[in-house]
Amino acid sequence: MFSDFINQFWPASIDGLAFGSIYALIALGYTMVYGVLRLINFAHSEVFMIGTFGAMFVPFTLGIDSTLTGIALVGVILAMIVAGMLASAGTAIALEQVAYKPLRKRGASRLAALISAIGASIFLQELFALVVIPGVFDRPERGRIQMGLPRLMERSELFSIAGHPVRVDQVVVIIAAIGMMIALDALVNRTKIGRGIRATAQNPEAATLMGVDINNIVRMTFLIGGAMAGVAGALYLISYENTNYYIGFLFGIKAFTAAVLGGIGNLRGALVGGIVLGLVENYGAILVGSDWKHVISFTILILVLMFRPTGILGESLQQARA
Amino acid sequence: MNKKTSSAGFRHQLGHFGDVVHDRWLRAPGWQRWIVYLLLIVFALLLPSESIGSFMSPDTDWATILFFPIGTYVVLAIGLNVVVGQAGLLDLGFVAFYAVGGYAMALLGTKMGWDFWVILVVGIGICALSGITLGAPTLRLRGDYLAIVTLGFGEIIRITARNTDSIGGPTGISGIPHPPNLSDDFELFGVKIFKYGVLDPRPYYYLLVALAVIVIILVKRWEKSRVGRAWAAIREDEDAAEVMGVPTFRFKMLAFAIGASIGGAMGVLWAAKSVSLNPNDFQFLLSATILAAVVMGGSGNLPGVMLGAFVVAWLPERFRELKDYRMLIFGAVLVALMIFRPEGLLPSRQRKAEFKEGSGGMGTLGAEVPGPESHGEEVASR
Repeated sequence: MFSDFINQFWPASIDGLAFGSIYALIALGYTMVYGVLRLINFAHSEVFMIGTFGAMFVPFTLGIDSTLTGIALVGVILAMIVAGMLASAGTAIALEQVAYKPLRKRGASRLAALISAIGASIFLQELFALVVIPGVFDRPERGRIQMGLPRLMERSELFSIAGHPVRVDQVVVIIAAIGMMIALDALVNRTKIGRGIRATAQNPEAATLMGVDINNIVRMTFLIGGAMAGVAGALYLISYENTNYYIGFLFGIKAFTAAVLGGIGNLRGALVGGIVLGLVENYGAILVGSDWKHVISFTILILVLMFRPTGILGESLQQARA
Repeated sequence: MNKKTSSAGFRHQLGHFGDVVHDRWLRAPGWQRWIVYLLLIVFALLLPSESIGSFMSPDTDWATILFFPIGTYVVLAIGLNVVVGQAGLLDLGFVAFYAVGGYAMALLGTKMGWDFWVILVVGIGICALSGITLGAPTLRLRGDYLAIVTLGFGEIIRITARNTDSIGGPTGISGIPHPPNLSDDFELFGVKIFKYGVLDPRPYYYLLVALAVIVIILVKRWEKSRVGRAWAAIREDEDAAEVMGVPTFRFKMLAFAIGASIGGAMGVLWAAKSVSLNPNDFQFLLSATILAAVVMGGSGNLPGVMLGAFVVAWLPERFRELKDYRMLIFGAVLVALMIFRPEGLLPSRQRKAEFKEGSGGMGTLGAEVPGPESHGEEVASR
């Protein structure tokens, strides 16, 4: 068993980093919405799912069926990321307007918001299984079956670590994810909108008094979180080349775990949590078998909550709470 | 605008009607209440009849769906209501206890050859234990954290069942024994109600009614006792309850154990009827559906919760012609209901008041500037 671990350490690390980056990008949406609204945006998993289909739409409409190279490849990948971002951000904003805003206006409880989110989640899954996938992607009667992406790029070896190859697509995923994280960090820490988001997370009353338009800030929070999930969707699709209407569920829970692991409400925590989760999950899978991968992440979640409920980096988008 | 006011007016009238009925009920002398209880039980016993079934479910066998999903959901919702509605602990993995009960019946019945009645008792004990095992480390967490941990626990149970070949792996367990016949020829309304065979679902339904009645009596007694008051105190303000001398942790554990036992008892009964089970019977969607039933009906109010469970279970069966679109509509209805009536269809008065204050469960959303009257509470929840 231990020799297995040594043999598979590097491949598992690279896989873990790639998965972890995707978890981290999705976790950002949870963490931002939680920071501002103190709400688990349960339907965020569906925002990710819709991001994968948004990205799928590009090669589907272009009718790509062979691998690409050079400018064409870069163009298609960028277009997929943008399409994923648009689809996801649009969904996230619609979600906020339809499922959360009326509840906020009434001062409804967080339990009601959670049920509303679960309802929206079921609705979006079924909408895709019944209407969008059969209609838009021309797969009548096959809305619930996994949909594959034709291979876009040659999966050549870029370089190797300790004799284990690192593929191009894995590098693309990790670099793109880290790039998005840096951009987001700058957005939240340096811009006016970012200041508004932080102010609202800390104290909505004081933020209002200082002239922050809270509704706008909430909308922006959902938009940014959604866009990040869209990037995650596109990257997942490029790297793992398939998706289905139900894919959000597991990724959603994992990403939430990542958010909690890093300290919910903390943007850098989401990055750390995502990558730690991705790595530990893959290392654990070597030791106890990949069937138990999900059990490992849930166990980590429970252990973290028991011993350090504020996560690795603590909660920081707002003040720490009891 | 006009539409909005008329719907608000309708809600108001409905609420008023509810208040009148509720007042009448509170003032009714004991014997009148007993008559109502007896009529309700008789109604439950008459429910599987064909004449009701032809309207309620023209497409499927009424007595069958009365056992599952309707009756099963009702009992599970009563169990979850203890945890969510009364103690205010958000549990997103309730299906785990139902699964533990189901697997207890399946394993002890097939491998050990135990009797249904013995397994029922043992299963309830196992589920109470698993509730405590889950509760002990996690119940110090609050609100959303608890929700996500319970969700994780529910998934762990399901995946573990799927990955463990000695308990059937992904194919599950089949050949689960039925309960032994209590009497081969005792008949009520032309049904041999104590003969637990393969074809007739009605004896199981009556067994379920008996279980439900016992559970309702117990839960009602708890609600009115010191335990129930402690739960209400914890639900409304845990810190205040602790300061007032309520051992909050112990009472939260108790709520978890009771909820788990009810879920487990239903699991045992369900497994005894359905002959086979597999891990996919215990998906997260079931937890979500039961939680939706509790909140939809009016979290904390037993008649409301039962109504909610009935609606959630029955509507998709009634509108079978919509086939695939059922879940789509279910999702949309959940959202609409939370927008227009977040306190549920039949909320209890206390809960209605809590909702007016904006604390009807886990506190309010952030990013809302509260009015002056709720300011103190907003500060307290920080």
